[in-house]
This record gives sequence, structure tokens and C-alpha cells, in this order.
Amino acid sequence: MEDWRDKQELVVMEGRIKVPYRWSAGEVGTRYLESLRDEKRFLGTKCGECGKVYHVPRRNCPHCFAECSQWVELGSTGILETYTVVRRQHPQLAPLPLPYGYGVIKLEGADTGFLHLLYEFEEGGLAPGMRVEAVFADQREGNILDVRYFRPAKGVS
Amino acid sequence: MEPVAIVGVGMTEMRRERKADGYADLVYEATRKALDDAGMEIGEVDNVVTVSNDFFDGRTISSMAVQDACGSYDKNVSTVEGDGTFGAAYGLMRILSGSFGTTLVCVHHKGSESRMPLITNAMFDPIYERFLGIEAITSSALQARAYMDKYGITEEQCALVSVKNHRNAFKNPFAQLPLELTVEEVMASPYIADPIKLLDCCPISDGASAVILASEERARKLDVKPVWVKGVAYCSDAYHLGDRDLSDVRALEEAARKAYAMAGIGDPARKVDLVELYDAFTYMELMWLEGLGFCARGEGGKLAASGDTAADGRLPVNASGGCLSGNPVLVAGLNRIIECALQVRGDAGERQVDGVKTAVAHGINGPCGQSHCVWVLGGEK
Repeated sequence: MEDWRDKQELVVMEGRIKVPYRWSAGEVGTRYLESLRDEKRFLGTKCGECGKVYHVPRRNCPHCFAECSQWVELGSTGILETYTVVRRQHPQLAPLPLPYGYGVIKLEGADTGFLHLLYEFEEGGLAPGMRVEAVFADQREGNILDVRYFRPAKGVS
Repeated sequence: MEPVAIVGVGMTEMRRERKADGYADLVYEATRKALDDAGMEIGEVDNVVTVSNDFFDGRTISSMAVQDACGSYDKNVSTVEGDGTFGAAYGLMRILSGSFGTTLVCVHHKGSESRMPLITNAMFDPIYERFLGIEAITSSALQARAYMDKYGITEEQCALVSVKNHRNAFKNPFAQLPLELTVEEVMASPYIADPIKLLDCCPISDGASAVILASEERARKLDVKPVWVKGVAYCSDAYHLGDRDLSDVRALEEAARKAYAMAGIGDPARKVDLVELYDAFTYMELMWLEGLGFCARGEGGKLAASGDTAADGRLPVNASGGCLSGNPVLVAGLNRIIECALQVRGDAGERQVDGVKTAVAHGINGPCGQSHCVWVLGGEK
């Protein structure tokens, strides 16, 4: 049967949604990001009941449901818990030239891991349990990319 | 739980781009099919649950924009932003509330209309994670690595899932991506994010689906083979990836435990005849089979290699081809329920597995299976 669609292109509306947002980091997030920016220091928060240290910091412990009332200074090196090496990525998303990596990193002094970028590693040179260190940006603006990425820690294993 | 049955199901064909059909067209097609399947008219639908995602649809309150297409005018309509399995669970609860005799649940998704990585990137925290560029594939790669390293799961074992499910899809006219593959071909496909390769990934898809749930009283008035909901449960893990042991399936184990307890199932490996689970990536099939209790932790690779999960095996898993053969996000979970319902009814056509009395459907929500929903369906009340 003849179909009109064979003869006519369907109408497709092209569009783009671009809306400015202003996401508040809150008091906890602000103190954390300011510390990264001004002192190149990672901070976590500690649960007042179970003593678990959260990084990234948060206001309350999801397990005890109590306030994380205490700030704790963390190291800028940590253990790589898991990782991936990215070979293909949407150009709008890739923050570093390919191939770069993502890792879940548990910083010294923290009880939880956090997500960040991996770079300056050899092909095949990443492994779970290895020590990685933060490389800070020279120009820091108070966001998570003030840490440019993590790389295998030099001189320690 | 009061008995509730699935009395009607409808799926559109899943395709890379359903250009001739807008969202509403897909929803109408799925709804119409579900009504016809149940032998019902729209007036017999007491309430409606629509399921969609605003970022994917490119409009806010997207689930309210398909009202013409799902016939929800003048009805109580509520919405779920999440996988279809969760939407259906909400639809079930609305019947259990006693306020409604029937619920129509419809889900739609057009992956062709936006940019998948940009949308899945937006599920991550805008302060701490989003600007790192992480999205569904790269986050899943972190989980795949954690799981495979912990238990010694090999990429070849994952590749077996791709081979099996793409082959199963040949028998499913709704599937998008039937492929005849070898393990070597899957292994030779390019890495996207180690250890995930192109042929470990589900495709981008367009599609919609719908189910009609009914109380026992209403189900008995219809000339249908009711598929009874024996058990349903869901459970969520932490949002931040670093808070979780990504090799762990705590939330799924908990959801499965509760769903089986409701269904009176002690040993799922003995009692369940067929499984449809959310295999967005190959490793997920292995991990979720462990979480669902079909083998011990770390044994998913061996189970895949045993051949037991083939369509003609001891425990067919994703006989439909699974999400690897068509993954309209959100819709894909409801399709798992629909595939189980068709199998229990004996209406699954060429992909029918013999003697399916009890089937398990599974859906996920959030990055790396943050949240899991488990359904146990059966032919007997």
C-alpha cells in the first residue's frame, strides 16, 4: 500500500533547552569547597553517633540519622577502590583529553569513597587498592574541579 | 496481600528511532493494545499511572502531557518518575488501597530525541559529580570493574550474556537488536569505558508499553487469563557512588527477599521458571542473578557459562532478548513484567518457554542499580 510518509519528510522540531541554574552547595558544601579552593585541603564530616567520616561531607549520617557535627581534615592521597578508563565520551562531557579515567577514591581519614577523575597514568597502570594523589588546579574557583584529577601517588605504594 | 492480576498488556515495537510517532502516538498504541488484550474499553479503567522522565522528554511534568493518549481525562491520574516496574508497583498499591478496581500503567521513552550521555549525566549531583562528566556508561564501568575484580568475573563471561540475549531477540518481534554474535566478536568490539565494550551495552531506543492491573473481582469479570501478582518489593541503596560498595547488591537482595517471602518462595532457584531482568549492560545480568538468589555471590559468571540461562536452559533469563536488545529507558522495566506475564499466559509466541508457572521480573532505578524492584508473577492465585 502506498504510504504518504514515503513521499514526505516528517517534521522534526529542532530545539535546545539551556536554562541557567544556581545550585546552592549549602553551608556544608560551601565550607568544603572553600577549603579546597583556599587551602587545598579536603574536609569530611563525622557522625556524632557512629563516628563514621563522610567524604564528600554531609550534614547528617544516613545510617544513624544523627548530625555529622564534627569537621575532619583528610589527606590528599587515598586508595583507589574502583576505576574505569574512558575511551569514548560525548565531547561536551569529557573534562580531560581521552583516555582519562574515573575512580572511586577513599581519602586518608575518610570512611567513604568519592568520585573523581584519573589522569597521568600509564596504560594498564591502574589497579584497585593503589594509592592515588590529588593534583590541584593553579587557578581555583571553589568547585570540585579545583582538584584537576588524581594520579598514581609518586614514591609510595 | 489481596489478589491483584495483570489482565492486559501492550508493547510497541522498540526501534532506534520511531520517527513517525511522537510520545503520545506511542502511548496511544501501547494503551490501545493493552485495552484490546484485556477486552476492556477505556471507560472501564478506574485510574491511570503514567511514567516518564522530564529530561528525556524535554518538557516538565512530562507524564501529564500524554493524557489524550492514555485516556486519563476525567480520571484520577498520578505519575511516577522512574522505571516502569516502580510505576506498576504504585499502580498495584492504588488497587490495594481499595479505591480502584483497575489501574492502567503506561510508560514512554524516546531515546532518539535527546542525547543520552547528556541526560544520564544529569542524574549525578551538580555540586560534586556532574561536572566530572560521569554518565550511565562510565558509572556502570566503575561498578563492572568493582564486581569483576572482587569475584574474578571475566569479560568473556560477560560477553556470553551479549551473545545469548541478542540471539534470543530473533524470536521477539518487539526487539530492536537481534544479532548473531560470537564471544570473540563481543570481545573485539571497542572499549567505551573499561571493562565495558560496545557490545556489552544496551542500545538507545524508542518505545512505550502499558499494563492493566485489576482486583480479583474485576479480573473475574473479564474474559482473560489473569496473571497474578504473587509478590512485589523494592529497596534502595545510597545515592553517592562512593558511599556504596559497588560490587555489592544489598538493595536487590533485600527486595528479592521480601518479594519471595510475599510469594511464599523459599528457594527461588527451584521455584522460578523464568527471569526477565534489567540487563542494561552485560555484567548486570550476572550481578542481578546473584542478587536475586539464583546463585551464590560471585557465581554469576559460572552460571552464564553453564548454559542454564539460555532460552532452552534450566532457568531461562531474558528469553525476550532483554534490555540489550532494546532499552527504551523506564519502558524497559515494564517490558520485563509484560514478558513475564506473556510467558505465564503461554502467549509469548515464538519466544515462549515451556511450562512457565512462576516468573520473576526485575527493574532498576538510579545509577548502577541504586534501587531495585522485584516482581513475582504466577498463573495460579
